[in-house]
Amino acid sequence: MTVAAAEDPVKLAEFEARLERGETIEPKDWMPEKYRKQLVRMMSQHAHSEVVGMLPEGNWITRAPSLRRKMVLLAKVQDEGGHGLYIYCGTETLGVGREELIEQLLTGKAKYSSIFNYPTLTWADIGVIGWLVDGAAIVNQTMLAKTSYGPYARAMIRICKEENFHKRQGYEICTVMAKGTPAQRAMVQDAVNRWWWPSLMMFGPSDATSPNSAELMRWRVKRETNDALRQRFVNLTIPQAQAIGLSVPDPDLRYNAETENWEFGPIDWSEFQAVIAGNGPCNRERMAARRKAHADGAWVREAAEVHAEKQAARAREHAA
Amino acid sequence: MSTETQWPLWEVFTQEGDAAPHEHAGSVHAVDAEHAMQNARDIYARRGKVVSLWVVPLDAITASSPGDAGPLFDPGSDKAYRHPQFYKSPRGVKIF
Ligand SMILES: [Fe+2]
Ligand SMILES: [Fe+2]
Repeated sequence: MTVAAAEDPVKLAEFEARLERGETIEPKDWMPEKYRKQLVRMMSQHAHSEVVGMLPEGNWITRAPSLRRKMVLLAKVQDEGGHGLYIYCGTETLGVGREELIEQLLTGKAKYSSIFNYPTLTWADIGVIGWLVDGAAIVNQTMLAKTSYGPYARAMIRICKEENFHKRQGYEICTVMAKGTPAQRAMVQDAVNRWWWPSLMMFGPSDATSPNSAELMRWRVKRETNDALRQRFVNLTIPQAQAIGLSVPDPDLRYNAETENWEFGPIDWSEFQAVIAGNGPCNRERMAARRKAHADGAWVREAAEVHAEKQAARAREHAA
Repeated sequence: MSTETQWPLWEVFTQEGDAAPHEHAGSVHAVDAEHAMQNARDIYARRGKVVSLWVVPLDAITASSPGDAGPLFDPGSDKAYRHPQFYKSPRGVKIF
């Protein structure tokens, strides 16, 4: 194994034996460099996704159709900011600073989930994001709550507790619209049509072609394959769609009574690759918005520092 | 991009409900204790049961290291006489 060659074989064997026993790895424990690197990559991508994920939904806060919906959406978007911070702080336990991670996001070096590069064209998109995008995130994050790295697992447990409301509020919006006027029904169906395939892509490429999957599984960073998680999501979601009279845009979709799976048609991975490479409908807009927000907040960060310094100086004066 | 300094790290402990212990929740970056408290409130006490918060500068925490686990904690598991099961009492006597 070329990966492990550089590591102390005795320590590596001990490490793998710990994982085998189902133990959790903590920040000060010995870990292979590759494990640390994979975690930093995965966790920072995850944190960035939470933060960038605020943008498509934030787009609708001022236009929410009622005060109730506006309060809910504000609370949800605030949660996503919190999720980003939980995971950034988890990533910092691996020895990278948050400013470094954010710099990587803002310079385009780091990736975030491709789903957030699609536009939110109508109010129905907000419902469908909660239902499908948060729904897919829950499937993934429930698996990650059992990941082998302690700080990541604990952040996921915290996040999972909050995500359920995100999905429910989204499904509620979809339910109301699906039962509404023909125009509302058409609007929510259109949103499902646009978000369905990108939601399935959220789980990442098939494991056969996913370069990191095998190692992540062996080290129990991931406990299930991308394909298994994707299938679980489809199985959960189709009955929910049927219950409110919506369909998904897949002519190949059929139930296999033997495997009890909803089998779905081929995913267009070229679209996924294009979006990841920066050519999705909103990549540039999202990054421009993040950079602007960061730059616009600079004076607040500076003011806080100056204020703290002044307070400290005053305290020293009093003490003298 | 301007040069960014990073505010210091504070570890956050939350007490979820009366009589519960304070438990480690995560960390925040903040310029001072007051700021850390505000950030901790926004991030770790957005909903539910938190009744008390502690914020502690990371530098103030001394943690045991995994290598010391043996000498530190092993003595705790080889003294059976620290446990009630070590002692015999006459049959039929109710001790508690
Ligand atoms: Fe989230
Ligand atoms: Fe969410």
